[in-house]
Amino acid sequence: MGRLLLVGRLAVRDLRRRRAEAVLLLLAVLAATTTLTLGLVLRDAAADPYRNTRTATRGPDVIASGPADRLAGLSTAAGVTEHSGPFPVAKAKIQAGGRTSDVQAIGRDADDATVDRPELIRGSWTRAGGVVVEAAFAGALGVHVGDVVVLNGRSFSIVGVAVTAAAPPYPQANCYFPCAIGSGRDIPPGVLHNPGLVWLTQADVLGLTEEPAYVLNLKLADPNGTPAFIADHDVQMKSWQEILADATDVAKDSQILLLIGAWLLGLLAVASLSVLVGGRMADQTRRVGLLKAAGGTPGVVAAVLLAEYVLVALVAAAAGLAIGTLTAPLLIGTSGGLVGSAAPPPLTLSTAVLVALVALGVAVLATFVPALRAARSSTVNALADAPRQPRRIGWLVAASARLPVPLLLAVRVAGRRPRRVALAVVSIAVTVSGTYVALILDGYLTSHPPYGGYDGAQVAALRHVILVWTVILIGLAAVNAVVITWATVLDNRHASALARALGATPRDMTAALAAAQVLPALAGAVLGIFPGGYVLFIAIIGITGGDSSRATLPSLWQLLAVVLATVAVVAALTALPARLGGRRPVTDGLAAPG
Amino acid sequence: MSDAVDMPVLRARGLRKEYGRGEGLVRAVDRVDLDVAAGETVAVMGPSGCGKSTLLHLLGGLDRATGGQVWLNGRRVDDLGERGLARLRRSAIGFVFQSFHLMAELTAVENVELPGLLAGRSPRAARRRAEELLDRVGLADRARFLPSALSGGQRQRVAVARALANEPALVLADEPTGNLDSAATLDVLQLFDSLHEAGQTLVIVTHDARIAATADRLISMRDGAFVDETRLTGGTTGELGALLGLED
Repeated sequence: MGRLLLVGRLAVRDLRRRRAEAVLLLLAVLAATTTLTLGLVLRDAAADPYRNTRTATRGPDVIASGPADRLAGLSTAAGVTEHSGPFPVAKAKIQAGGRTSDVQAIGRDADDATVDRPELIRGSWTRAGGVVVEAAFAGALGVHVGDVVVLNGRSFSIVGVAVTAAAPPYPQANCYFPCAIGSGRDIPPGVLHNPGLVWLTQADVLGLTEEPAYVLNLKLADPNGTPAFIADHDVQMKSWQEILADATDVAKDSQILLLIGAWLLGLLAVASLSVLVGGRMADQTRRVGLLKAAGGTPGVVAAVLLAEYVLVALVAAAAGLAIGTLTAPLLIGTSGGLVGSAAPPPLTLSTAVLVALVALGVAVLATFVPALRAARSSTVNALADAPRQPRRIGWLVAASARLPVPLLLAVRVAGRRPRRVALAVVSIAVTVSGTYVALILDGYLTSHPPYGGYDGAQVAALRHVILVWTVILIGLAAVNAVVITWATVLDNRHASALARALGATPRDMTAALAAAQVLPALAGAVLGIFPGGYVLFIAIIGITGGDSSRATLPSLWQLLAVVLATVAVVAALTALPARLGGRRPVTDGLAAPG
Repeated sequence: MSDAVDMPVLRARGLRKEYGRGEGLVRAVDRVDLDVAAGETVAVMGPSGCGKSTLLHLLGGLDRATGGQVWLNGRRVDDLGERGLARLRRSAIGFVFQSFHLMAELTAVENVELPGLLAGRSPRAARRRAEELLDRVGLADRARFLPSALSGGQRQRVAVARALANEPALVLADEPTGNLDSAATLDVLQLFDSLHEAGQTLVIVTHDARIAATADRLISMRDGAFVDETRLTGGTTGELGALLGLED
């Protein structure tokens, strides 16, 4: 207990002593935990509006459809407690706002049935010559109460806009006739494409078609027993769970995007932490020596060093869970077609445990090796605060001799710490891979509006998710670039001063320190596109079961722009630290540990 | 302080370096005048903290003076910008430091060729010159060794070879034997002696009377100012040199 207290106290004190670094550590892990939480809770958040709608409209447990004779007897089947219908349904073409769309029109003379009472958002219920339009469909068509629409050549006045839980909001649909939901390529004749939902009087429906289908809404004694009920009856049926899945389809896509983003951010967080931890461990050499001299075993030393990162990880996990849970509803975008907006979902134990484990995993992965190395270091060397020796890569030293002075110095600066260079490459490669995939997804979303399975608002919601994802990735990579440059500048204080004492100009040294970051950034950007981005995209398609042939890969000029922009941004971000490092007084640098 | 010399390699007039202000003002170097003739070896001695190393940094353009002027080969250099000073260090000045300041990841020959590469020599020419210099300091067989595999004396000899890489007009040495044992000190003393004999202009800051005894002139420094100057007859060929066994 005493040892645990000591470890905790030392960890907290060291974090307080270096608050800026502690905040950076926290931000790096927080970005990953927040995104992961968003990914895990998004569907639950999106499910709320549907559940609200289901309660408010007495949503059915099962919707059966087909010819009237096939539905006969179903309303009295075992397990059915209430029903409404059967109601006639006609397929039709609707012309509104200069656009033509497929539609399924349900005949409902009144909205006061015991099961499925569509809730009017605006206007009134159907009357002869009047149509009520499902809310999300009305939004997509841009029509309002009082507008006139044409159904199969007959004019109708829009008398109301309503929501229902008996069908998912447009562009999803229950298909009472053969229909296709999606991008709309190769749809056979006679098959409805992304049909919207409207309600008419039964007489008006029967006036639209001579061969109506019928829908029957059923309430079951056991709402969770729908699969068994459906299996027992040879009728086309859809359960409320399937409608929920359709209603949260965009949230599901957002969730997939966020989970992939979370893993990318997790990788970036490992890179950030590794650099920060490397720098901190170098500063803690003497502290390690004192701990060991005072009788601390390697185990205690490692525990002290690990403890502060574990503390940061736990705080980041808690904060990420809170922020992710509270902001999830903002990412769902429109809840048109449903009642109420998304609310923060309840936090489940499994989500909390997973997020905490990922945060701890990131912290331990980044700190374990440096902590172990510090714990095993010689006490005498540690007390003397001897700096970690730079690496020597012989062929790199020889090859660099042929380069102009700034590049010669840059290559040698980079070669002194190959692990840090690798982290810089990984950091940029992960970011560019994410950006590459974001470009593909954004291109896909913007090239198929609004009839490609998503309506405009849903496209906006998904693009919003991709934007959040990309901004966090780029933000964290930017922090990484600055931190890595600063670590390089500090680590090279002595070598830089020596190079200047031997004749390198401040400009040579500034250019070298900047180039030592830009060269890995260039390599990272190229690797981030291929194989990084390409492999990530294929992995996403593999996970989601998507069709990669429907996506357009970024053009060569776009890829070139990404690489050049990456290099330019890294150069800009590293310019100031590099300039400060390149212009430090030579005598100060020579006095630094070398 | 010193006798006027027609064209000194190094000349300083009224050189000052001050830190702080008001009651906290510290005069690390206080109105120093100095002339060093071509081929001359000048030793500056004094207690720790008297401003010897600061003086050397000012003379070599590693630090900025608060006041005064410095000329090298007749050209005023204290008013040069950082780039000009870097070029000056690259072409005209060689440094030898107490703690060697070798790049730990470079071999001996790579350390010695570095100033040549920074000065724009071809890799081949820089390497050839480095190998010649290592041969001259007796370390040809250690050319591919990393500094960590060399003794203190060997490291300092590498540092001396590096200081000579660009054939500087002036070599400034800051406590070159400060981190060495007696045997290594003797090695370095002999090396400086050979440089002196070869006509190299040297300014050596030292605590060590033995190395000071190899100089043509010995200047004593206290509280940032020169307080005494002794011309040593014959430098290493004089009595002190004989006493220390440094003569042929």
